Amino acid sequence: MTTAVPFANVGRPSERLGTLEEKHRIPLPPPYDKDEEPPLPQLSAQVRAACECSLDDTVAVSLPRPASPEAEEALVKSFLAGLDKLFSEANNWTFLEPLVLSIEHCAKCQTCAEACHIFVESGRNELYRPTFRSEILRRLYFKHKSGGSLVSRFQHGDIDINWTTIARLLELAYRCNLCRRCAQTCPIGVDNGLLAHEIRKLFSMELGIAPKEIHEKGSLLQLRVGSSTGMSPAAVKDNIDFIDQDMSEKTGIPVKTRWDVAGADVLLMHNAGEILAWPENPGAFALILDAAGISWTLSSELVGYDAINYGLWYDDAQFARVAVKHAQIARKLGVKKLVIGECGHAHKSMMVIADRVLTGELNIPRESSMTLLDDIVASGKLKLDPTRNDFPVTLHDPCNVVRLMGVVEPQRRILRQIAPRFREMTPHGVDNYCCGGGSGFAIMSGHNFADWRMRVASRRKFRQILEAFADDLDPKHPKYVCAPCSNCKGAIRDILKRYRAWERVGIHYGGLAELIVNAMADVKPGFINFSEL
Amino acid sequence: MVLVFVPYLAAAVFVAAVVIRWVKIARLPVHLRWELYPVAHERNSAYGGSFFERLDWWKHHPPTSRMGELKVMVPEMLLLTGVHEHDRALWFRSYPFHLGLYLLAGFIGLLLAGAIAQTFGARIEAGWLPTTTTVVGVAGLVLLAAGSLGLLLRRLASPALRAHSAAADFANLIFFFTAAVLGLVTFATVDRDFASLRLFVRALVTFQPAGEMPALVAIEIVVVSALAAYIPLTHMSHFFTKWFMYHDVRWNDEVNQVGSKLEAAIGRQLGHKVDWSAPHIRGDGKKTWVDVATERVSDSGLRPVELDAGDGKNPPRVLSQKEIGKP
Ligand code: SF4
Ligand code: SF4
Repeated sequence: MTTAVPFANVGRPSERLGTLEEKHRIPLPPPYDKDEEPPLPQLSAQVRAACECSLDDTVAVSLPRPASPEAEEALVKSFLAGLDKLFSEANNWTFLEPLVLSIEHCAKCQTCAEACHIFVESGRNELYRPTFRSEILRRLYFKHKSGGSLVSRFQHGDIDINWTTIARLLELAYRCNLCRRCAQTCPIGVDNGLLAHEIRKLFSMELGIAPKEIHEKGSLLQLRVGSSTGMSPAAVKDNIDFIDQDMSEKTGIPVKTRWDVAGADVLLMHNAGEILAWPENPGAFALILDAAGISWTLSSELVGYDAINYGLWYDDAQFARVAVKHAQIARKLGVKKLVIGECGHAHKSMMVIADRVLTGELNIPRESSMTLLDDIVASGKLKLDPTRNDFPVTLHDPCNVVRLMGVVEPQRRILRQIAPRFREMTPHGVDNYCCGGGSGFAIMSGHNFADWRMRVASRRKFRQILEAFADDLDPKHPKYVCAPCSNCKGAIRDILKRYRAWERVGIHYGGLAELIVNAMADVKPGFINFSEL
Repeated sequence: MVLVFVPYLAAAVFVAAVVIRWVKIARLPVHLRWELYPVAHERNSAYGGSFFERLDWWKHHPPTSRMGELKVMVPEMLLLTGVHEHDRALWFRSYPFHLGLYLLAGFIGLLLAGAIAQTFGARIEAGWLPTTTTVVGVAGLVLLAAGSLGLLLRRLASPALRAHSAAADFANLIFFFTAAVLGLVTFATVDRDFASLRLFVRALVTFQPAGEMPALVAIEIVVVSALAAYIPLTHMSHFFTKWFMYHDVRWNDEVNQVGSKLEAAIGRQLGHKVDWSAPHIRGDGKKTWVDVATERVSDSGLRPVELDAGDGKNPPRVLSQKEIGKP
């Protein structure tokens, strides 16, 4: 455990408030236990001089330092105005009740700390304690609200209201995966993940400050050009054409995606990142849905071919815009239901959070692809040969699909049917650990942030993966981490690559639909081809 | 005589604080769903499953079980099962503390019951009530003293807990500890069998002046009354706000159905005016949430355009730089 950070230090300028200390960290399981972890690449002096990065060893937002004390003052003012709005019904009815409850009732017992993978895997670095950022927000709120009265300081503690505190709070909001595992353990029901989410919102919605990967190059880009990948409708059609051809060749079964079919039973929405990074996943979906005789379609309308909704992580306005767009597209096509592909945050966005945004005719039926695939596999419409998946398989539970939505069993039922050597991670299901890529981390890679993510946020997942396959770590024996979520897949890809897990212990990863296709008896054997890796 | 008013005043503050906080929370607007699984009333809550696991889930009535909620909530309240599961060391301190409080609440109830019974002429001296009252009271005081001391020492000993505590977090525990120890000392020295306290409670329920009593008993009455009034003014109001945390947030998976009351409430709230100032919103208190959710985003920020009616007449497209103009 590193030394406690007094809240009095939070507002005092210093190069950094804390640092990652290797000596406190828990070693990884074999064969990585003997490895010397190279130090985290340091931010350069230029970056330190130019950006607000006085929290720790990394930087998520890369906010330019204010040019003058007056500029700092103006930012502090804006922040406080945002704080007022955050607690107002008109501006934040969306989360006001959970926010008020969590702000007012923390007993500071710290039961939640040990549930957090970031805190524990950082060597219990105090900066990453789930309550650290919450407590800063809480103290700022009560001090601001009471005008800094003595009673309030006695009751809630003190903190400096200045730019240093606020700039550190901004970065702290991006040291949390919003996985809400901590909230599960809070005996009172306080939700530190929610508070991180609300801090992000305040900065984005009042000051326009958010990591560029999720705002400018993420949800703004999606609304402007159709997808955060930058793909135009023509480009997405081209790419899918190519995927169809490739799938047809690889599987021996002709695959042809249909676009914009009015009245189809299913409008399928993928995270468009799949199309570029893991084309076999949308390809596998196309093949499975065809083989099951389902009438389905993709949309080529702007925003309609990308299921992502990054607003979920940081901005209610951006969230609502994308959710409304998705619903409008489904309604316009007149489909019976909108099915979300293997993308966790898109699941939660559209099925849970958007539920109280979409009213009237925009409230179209929305379903998880896990459920649909489960039904297809159970129906016997596919001829399956599980022996084709005769390698160890473990399942990663995307937080958004499982802990935050309760879709737990469908994907397991499928695996039990098609993967004879399926084994669970410990813990799993609603108690799972985040992959470390949650809440935007998987796509955020400014400066050394991706390095920090792999070193801290994804470390618990890597530990769990190694433990799940501990019975056979021979690199000649391929093993498969099934991660039915694009962002999780990205994070798992990166961590496996960083530790050369394929070369050293034979661990690979992929989606669920690919495993199903790999088990289809009518498909040419070897759809998942480990020898090509 | 003044002393008789103290518990009444404390009870009035207690009730007012609970009611005000309760009403304040209950009147907060409907929020977006933010449930956390397992959701106790779900049919598959044993493993955290939800109605979303079912194909075409909207065609089936969401299976809910109030019993499921009780099965979680009752042991949680009586045994602090959450703390027991997630932080055993804390439980060994927190549980005696909470159990002590429960017993003391019971003790007050028994004292009142005895006093009321006597007022109506019942002869309870030889029955089970006085002994039970004494046992419950002493057990409550011992547990509260031990628990609050344990929690205080834990908070002092851990640098992290210390750093996260405000002055009130220590003061509150000292307050509880003092009240409990004072009660025990009073019992052990000047008020064997709580005889004076019983007389006082009798005076309380009959609105008679309290007779002579040892100073320690009077101090104890003032301290306990102050403590009772203080609790709901602080974060310790979680003894009832927890209901909202679980029921309204963690387990609130109510589906928004077309034509429902919930939908009507959402509709009203979507009409609220937004004044978030970020460049991609520019609320200015003029736009509603509906405006914000349906305006078109352009290269330079925002350009409100008519909502695509879904009839293909106004299909979405990327606006040209000329159309966008200056932000
Ligand atoms: S959030 Fe909950 S578990 Fe964490 S310190 Fe606060 S009351 Fe305790
Ligand atoms: S939400 Fe997840 S990452 Fe964030 S503090 Fe809680 S456990 Fe840690």
